[in-house]
Amino acid sequence: MFQIVRKKELNPSVTLMDIHAPFIAKKARAGQFIIFRIDEKGERVPLTIAGYDREKGTVTIIFQKVGFATKALGSLNEGDYIRDFVGPLGKPTPVEGKKKVCVVGGGVGCAIALPSAAAFKEAGAEVTVIVGFRSKDIVILEDEFKAVADRLIVMTDDGSYGRHGLVTQPLQELLESGESFDEVLAIGPVPMMKFVCKTTEPFGVHTSVSLNPIMVDGTGMCGGCRVTVGGETKFACVDGPEFDGHKVDFAELMSRNSLYRTREAEVTEKHACRMEAMGKALIK
Amino acid sequence: MANMTLTKVPMPEQDPKVRARNFKEVTLGYTAEMAIEEANRCLGCKNPKCVEGCPVNVRIPEFIKKVQEGDFKSAYEIISSTNALPALSGRVCPQETQCESKCVRGIKGESVAIGRLERFVADWYRENINEMPQKVASNGIPVAVVGSGPAGMTAASDLAKLGYEVTMFEALHTAGGVLVYGIPEFRLPKAIVANEITKLEALGVKVMTNMVIGRVLTIDELFEMGFKAVFVGSGAGLPMFMNIPGESLKGVMSANEYLTRTNLMKAYDENYDTPIIQSKAVAVVGGGNVAMDAARCAMRLGAENVYVVYRRGEAEMPARLEEQHHAKEEGIEFKTLCNPVEILGDENGRVCGMKCIRMELGEPDASGRRRPIEIAGSEFILDVDTVIMSLGTSPNPLIRSTTPGLDTNRKGCLIVNEDEMTTRDGVFAGGDAVTGAATVILAMGAGKKGAAAIDAYLKK
Repeated sequence: MFQIVRKKELNPSVTLMDIHAPFIAKKARAGQFIIFRIDEKGERVPLTIAGYDREKGTVTIIFQKVGFATKALGSLNEGDYIRDFVGPLGKPTPVEGKKKVCVVGGGVGCAIALPSAAAFKEAGAEVTVIVGFRSKDIVILEDEFKAVADRLIVMTDDGSYGRHGLVTQPLQELLESGESFDEVLAIGPVPMMKFVCKTTEPFGVHTSVSLNPIMVDGTGMCGGCRVTVGGETKFACVDGPEFDGHKVDFAELMSRNSLYRTREAEVTEKHACRMEAMGKALIK
Repeated sequence: MANMTLTKVPMPEQDPKVRARNFKEVTLGYTAEMAIEEANRCLGCKNPKCVEGCPVNVRIPEFIKKVQEGDFKSAYEIISSTNALPALSGRVCPQETQCESKCVRGIKGESVAIGRLERFVADWYRENINEMPQKVASNGIPVAVVGSGPAGMTAASDLAKLGYEVTMFEALHTAGGVLVYGIPEFRLPKAIVANEITKLEALGVKVMTNMVIGRVLTIDELFEMGFKAVFVGSGAGLPMFMNIPGESLKGVMSANEYLTRTNLMKAYDENYDTPIIQSKAVAVVGGGNVAMDAARCAMRLGAENVYVVYRRGEAEMPARLEEQHHAKEEGIEFKTLCNPVEILGDENGRVCGMKCIRMELGEPDASGRRRPIEIAGSEFILDVDTVIMSLGTSPNPLIRSTTPGLDTNRKGCLIVNEDEMTTRDGVFAGGDAVTGAATVILAMGAGKKGAAAIDAYLKK
């Protein structure tokens, strides 16, 4: 059992939790992920690590309450326990030897872009961070990014905060103005990562993306997380989760990720019924 | 007076039509009367060949004699003196190629049903006595076991009985390895595996789930933590695919994934949140026991048509005859001498068919089996919406890639010497991590040998 030692709502749909998991906290590095399972009947859900405190033995996760499992996790409180928490899985972000990097985060993906940005900074790189959100009310981690970035550009889709537009705009401008990066790392929704890659490709800038495909065990056993990279089949859990974005087959990834969408809706509905019944019983 | 009937006492089974739609155990097990009747077929050979055929050398005629006498408790004690997991091996061992293949009764008629008797004795003990083993006095020496499948469980059990302080690490959330994630409930009820884990804990074994060795701790760190020896029984690992067009379509998955969702994550039970693909027609590609398990799960999960597609002939199929027989009884169709060349998808990226080519058998290849050759122009389309690849696995790289000095062969399997020691001092290994995908009983045999070798190594 793993205890939730801190919970913070970052915005109405995004929650931060520190989970007491000393073995993982000791080993975790930016770019790696964990898998959680709330209870005996729950799903195994992968989440990229948003931070860790080796002394306190905690691992930070930041998640958007979209599916049933993340909603259920979000309904738990400080002091509660979850059944399973396993990691650190996958390979860490390779930060060595990079002098100038640009980290691009989209929405909740910023949560996992942050530790990688910090790791680049710590490894001695000059770090530009571009983060994008739909609107002002869901901007997260701005202060934390300010602390690690040499330059921070905040974008909103509706212009309610920072600059108006998509993350690819300032990236395009920087590249066109002659800025060169040893590495661009994009973390966010699949379409965003795809367009970041399209933006950097003409400039020949190496671009990595952090993928989060459907996964069961996270140790290389099931093959559910396979992605096509440069025409080869790779397992995101052991070969990734970061890959050369210019070689990733994004269309295939998006298609594969939609496999259980109907089932997810069913599960959510089933639990809604269960909760409603419980509520009615309580009222009686 | 020996029972000279030429055939085994038949095993009671669920009706094929009924069981094809439920996950309850297929074979129901002997009653005490049936067990005694079958035990009486054993001639009690002075020089029993059956014992040589058993990877863990169960004293077969001795335990069968006790069954004849109706003394099932003594029978259990004889079996468990050499076999830590009889309820499991009695169910999933390929007895027909091991103990039973050596039985003299098999020369004229059927061999004694050693496996069924072993299962009966183990089940009788669990249902009537189920006494937990006593923890033996500790020798204070910590030993780590990596992996909680049949190799790890056997090694942990033997080491704990010798007084070692054993910690068994498991990557998944439930201990048992392939016995839990791979082999379906209807062949091996999970409550039986859980009972074996409880027994290990009674022996003092500390079971740590959610620990992926190679990631959260390396082998070197285990030694730094004070473990004096490590047994690696991490299993087979990464599923293989065919590298044909269409393998990334929605509806194509490995047998490992399909079985893990079904068995470990209990997708068949609507109280669990686990998603699994809803299929009308399923092709399982491969001819091993895992393929049979996947096909039979697909039928139970509601598919109307399930095909086993295998490139060689039925005679060459590596799956146990019993499994093939059970699968066919349940309505699974075998498409042998048939190989997939492409998986076809619809406009949504969902599987809508599989293009296959017919094969014929040529000269024997390196494996001694006749090599399948494509028949030109014989392509046809199999109407399926799900394809499950059951082509075997290649070893998981997590441990070898994080352990300097741990050598593997060309296939990535750990290299061990005759004492099950790897190329790293104090690191022993056994089971599929060494042999590549094999059987539960061979893994148990390796676990047993590994434990003895660790004991000898630590006593030096």
